[in-house]
Amino acid sequence: MIERIPILRIGKFLLITIQVDMHDQLAMTLQDDLTVAIEKTGARGVLLDISTLDVVDSFIGRMISNISAVSSLLSAQTVVVGMQPAVAITLVELGLELPGVHTALNAERGMAMLRRELPEDEVDASRRQ
Amino acid sequence: MKTIKTILQSPESLLGAWVTELEPAGWGSDGKFGGADWKHQAGEFLQALSSASRDGLPDLGSSDSREVRNFLETLSRSMAEKGASSSETATWVFSLKKPLFARLNAAITDDSRQLASETWAASELIDRLGLFTVSTFQKTREEIIRRQQEEMLELSTPVVKLWDGVLALPMIGTLDSARTQVVMESLLQRIVDTGSEIAIIDITGVPTVDTLVAQHLLKTVTAIRLMGADCIISGIRPQIAQTIVHLGIDLQGISTKATLADALTLALKRSGYTISSKAQAT
Amino acid sequence: MQVADSNSLDLQTEPDIVKARQLVRQFAQTCGFSLVDQTKVVTAASELARNTVKHGGGGVMTVDELRDGTRRGVRVKFEDQGPGIADMNLAMTDGWTSGGGLGLGLTGSKRLSNEFEIESSPGQGTRVVITRWK
Repeated sequence: MIERIPILRIGKFLLITIQVDMHDQLAMTLQDDLTVAIEKTGARGVLLDISTLDVVDSFIGRMISNISAVSSLLSAQTVVVGMQPAVAITLVELGLELPGVHTALNAERGMAMLRRELPEDEVDASRRQ
Repeated sequence: MKTIKTILQSPESLLGAWVTELEPAGWGSDGKFGGADWKHQAGEFLQALSSASRDGLPDLGSSDSREVRNFLETLSRSMAEKGASSSETATWVFSLKKPLFARLNAAITDDSRQLASETWAASELIDRLGLFTVSTFQKTREEIIRRQQEEMLELSTPVVKLWDGVLALPMIGTLDSARTQVVMESLLQRIVDTGSEIAIIDITGVPTVDTLVAQHLLKTVTAIRLMGADCIISGIRPQIAQTIVHLGIDLQGISTKATLADALTLALKRSGYTISSKAQAT
Repeated sequence: MQVADSNSLDLQTEPDIVKARQLVRQFAQTCGFSLVDQTKVVTAASELARNTVKHGGGGVMTVDELRDGTRRGVRVKFEDQGPGIADMNLAMTDGWTSGGGLGLGLTGSKRLSNEFEIESSPGQGTRVVITRWK
């Protein structure tokens, strides 16, 4: 069982790919690690890739909402990408609508969305890095 | 019920006579329901009955009778798929009565009371097996019909690609919960497969929209948005528009257009396309 | 209706919730559930497993593969000897966004299942049974 989920840095953005069936503690650790990483790197965007996640229950759903809200408070925009159809349908049935959470179909679109949100000068700065 | 038990415990003794009953009823190798190994199947069933009667008359509900139940379920399924009727299917089981009674008659020669009571028990046993077969048959038939309905649903609501990144789903007919499920799933999958960010759901062909239908549509749109795409609902006729307002249905910021054409225009605009016509020669 | 197969799992710690999901997934796949139906029953089980661990003081989950004629289904039972639910009506209202507390996931699991039964009272523990048919 892995101890923590790796957070990758791409310029001004942080990329998290969830590839395991997370137990609750792992999810909590991720939230903490991410908060620290945003602060340390001054990241302006977070890309959360859930394309291999085949179950999202209310706990994970809340984790996603929290990550989005906390990042936003730290001036970072979050986009969740790759949600599987079965997961989307189940979340709707569960009544979990993840308000305020931005989503995109895949990582490519997600990155484009994050770049769009950054003010012009910051985009150039991030490209130069 | 010792005699029945003894008879059931030696299945070979029943097989010959039973096969004679089954052949004219359409079960022979050339028969309607037969097949290459029909005799072998009959033998298998008798073996299963034999195992099930180790502790006495077979009790369909017990775990000892699992093989018997499995066998009858498989039989019902294959009969249903061949388009047989429930009575044709039950005949297979009921035709076992004659050989069983004949063996009882031969075995109990000096006690008419015992013969009568064991014959009755045998009859009841076969009846129970027959009823189980019929009820399984009916359930299978219902399942087949349901599966065919689902397949028809999928065929009647194809998802089409209108443009790069724009999918359309023309819905025709009434929208019930089963239908919406099937359709929702295939639309969402196509969105992921094609990476399309806009899905147009056209309801021109949907006769009425009530609260339930609206709920289904809303669920579909919410799921699409959760995945990172968006939705436009087109084909809203004046009557439907009025119904929606009257019912107080809140479409939660979903874009709606009267026609599919208008929806496509909007979708293209959102996707960053402009359409211009070639200059006319003067 | 018969039980074709059965298995149970002790639910005491958070990693057990993950095991619970995997076990239910296995049963759902064996029954030939569509991907969406698998996800629904696994998600419902995840919610209830978490309730058992976090609010029930630990308990047991039992999964059964059901056969009714040719219909197949998955039934999952959660039992704990925890404090029990004092106000069932409150527990069964949609309060998941309020964070923390009992009853989260109960209403969600009910919506994701075809059949839902719950028995609970203070001091008597809690028993929840959900069933999903193919």
